[in-house]
Amino acid sequence: MFKVFPALAVMDRVKGVELSGAEIVVRCLQEEGVETLFGYPGGAVLYIYDELFKQDKVRHVLVRHEQGAVHAADGYSRSSHKVGVCLVTSGPGVTNAVTGIATAYMDSIPMVILSGQVPTHAIGQDAFQECDAVGITRPCVKHNFLVKDVKDLATTIKKAFYLAATGRPGPVLVDIPKDITTHSCEFQYPESVSMRSYNPVRKGHAGQIKKAAQLILEAKRPMVYSGGGVILSNAAPRLTEFVRLLGFPCTNTLMGLGAYPGTDRQFLGMPGMHGTYETNMAMQNCDVLLAIGARFDDRVIGNPAHFAQNPRKIVHIDIDPSSISKRVKVDVPIVGNIPDVLDDLLALLKADARRPEAAALEAWWKQIELWRARDCLKYDRKSKLIKPQFVLEKLYEVTKGEAFVTSDVGQHQMWAAQFYKFDRPRRWINSGGLGTMGFGLPAAMGVRMANPGATVACVTGESSIQMCLQELSTCKQYRLPIKIVNLNNKYMGMVRQWQQFFHGNRYSESYMDALPDFVKLAEGYGHRGVLIDKPADVEPALREAFARKDELVFMDFITDQTENVYPMVPGGKGITEMILSEEL
Amino acid sequence: MRHIISILVENEAGALSRIANMFSARGYNIESLTVAPTEDASMSRMTVVTVGSEDVIEQITKQLNKLVEVVKVVDLSQAEHIERELMLIKVRAGARERDDMKRMADIFRGRIIDVSDNTYTIELTGDGRKLDAFIQALDQGAIIETVRTGASGIGRGNRVLRV
Repeated sequence: MFKVFPALAVMDRVKGVELSGAEIVVRCLQEEGVETLFGYPGGAVLYIYDELFKQDKVRHVLVRHEQGAVHAADGYSRSSHKVGVCLVTSGPGVTNAVTGIATAYMDSIPMVILSGQVPTHAIGQDAFQECDAVGITRPCVKHNFLVKDVKDLATTIKKAFYLAATGRPGPVLVDIPKDITTHSCEFQYPESVSMRSYNPVRKGHAGQIKKAAQLILEAKRPMVYSGGGVILSNAAPRLTEFVRLLGFPCTNTLMGLGAYPGTDRQFLGMPGMHGTYETNMAMQNCDVLLAIGARFDDRVIGNPAHFAQNPRKIVHIDIDPSSISKRVKVDVPIVGNIPDVLDDLLALLKADARRPEAAALEAWWKQIELWRARDCLKYDRKSKLIKPQFVLEKLYEVTKGEAFVTSDVGQHQMWAAQFYKFDRPRRWINSGGLGTMGFGLPAAMGVRMANPGATVACVTGESSIQMCLQELSTCKQYRLPIKIVNLNNKYMGMVRQWQQFFHGNRYSESYMDALPDFVKLAEGYGHRGVLIDKPADVEPALREAFARKDELVFMDFITDQTENVYPMVPGGKGITEMILSEEL
Repeated sequence: MRHIISILVENEAGALSRIANMFSARGYNIESLTVAPTEDASMSRMTVVTVGSEDVIEQITKQLNKLVEVVKVVDLSQAEHIERELMLIKVRAGARERDDMKRMADIFRGRIIDVSDNTYTIELTGDGRKLDAFIQALDQGAIIETVRTGASGIGRGNRVLRV
């Protein structure tokens, strides 16, 4: 037959056929190569939904709550390096999305949120389902737009994708009034956009990179501290090459796990409040600290005054100048795109015959091994109760370390970060910055959508999972066989832990008295539920669940209620002032 | 330390609130803020007077630069610059005070721009300290109303801020 459609598409471009705003939105998404869109319909976006109905290039995933849509788009992005996209309606659609947007903002996740708005003539009239979306989201987006003319729509959406994905990534919201979706104009999707006020850097300053190389070569007690920026910029292979070339010890932050292989000897574990003993000791006692795509977060360096007590030279590579010398003064700042900077740095080091002093490095490693020998993650393996750490070790074994693991927020999150060794980037998906309970399940949906066929586990707790539980219904609709590992200790575990340590065992409101029967609940949503309350049943239950390739299995592990996360640096303390498990 | 920061920003709805919001969200001070379009109508120029340590000022300029609509940022106080502020002040000027008030305005190079039976409105330009001094010099009971624009600033000589 005739190739009617492609020919028409070409003519569209030449002649610039008039399209409605709603058609333009959908065409823009197609032009951007968006395959999956997470959303929830409502009055202000009806015309857009009508256009979505008429096409099949962009797949719409219907969530059960807008927060779920944003977290799903977030998980989609984190696990794939694509821009996550969601569509919500005006008013409550947007306000429900705010937690998700703030989550993405804190972790610098590239995302475009399209929100409906009441018609332009109704804006400011307190119209039904009106809210100031641009105003409400302003503090938690990289940028946002209100489209006031259909002629600006395509360019604005192009800008949104450009801003979201370049520089330090982040969420960008485009607010589209309903009447704009009915107005029409010629459609032409811009090939590219440039903005005089926005010019993200790529290359680092050559002189600074030279200085960094010099410090590296002179280092006697070096430490590589890499963060989420390495993963976001796809620099993990270069980081690994860099660390191996030099033989330096390396830590990955909570956001950076998987950037350097977690099973490698040069990897010391996560730093910070629940970081390993050896990492925190090395961070404090090194003489040259190489911070790469990390931001000296309060949960990582603890008390900045204590951190500054030990003299050390700090090299900081980051794409965002405002991350540099924000919390900790650094000696050699390098602003640039991490892969570019690491390429330049590697080239310099490879061309240089000199290497850091081997004897000094060996002595440093000896010291590190002594620290490592403290075995700071040890726990009671003889307990008759299920230890949460044990579940995660078994999860690692059963999935051979190859699963995508999402988590919610709290003790289970820290144990997952400590006990699941991530050898690859984009496998560990969690809300590090904002610490959003309810993130795990919808994020897992997005991960599975971006990685069809992949094994996806959501590590959660009985409190977190209830915050976006409604998405179990979405999982049923789209047949997402996520494996939910619910570490059920009947407490908001991390809150309980703080109350035990710092509030005289007064467990104020951290205990839930009326938990649902999670097995029946899972079954109610059309999934499989399993209750596991004996250590011996942990591994068989995991094996069986992961063998069920096409089913969502909700595993409710009844764990030791009193278990705590160790090591722990109390708030306001220095990172070497750790509470270790054996000290209690 | 007091700093005077000049910002070139895209003349778009919301740009002002984005900047003001950044200051309040991060706990930075704004002593005064002025804004108006430049000779290029697509751009506005803003002058912010703020107070903070060197570290804080460094963060302020970085955070301003990070805002997508901000085109350029300069800390004017790092070099020679001029700053001016405009004040309109309405004072009591009945038959008895009229001459004194006129003299006082003259001393400070103010101009009387509105007159009624018992008031003068005086326009006065200068740096903030001069305006303060004028207010101090008046009999406090004579002041009916004041309005000040906040400082605008510009670099001296060849020091320019433009795209």
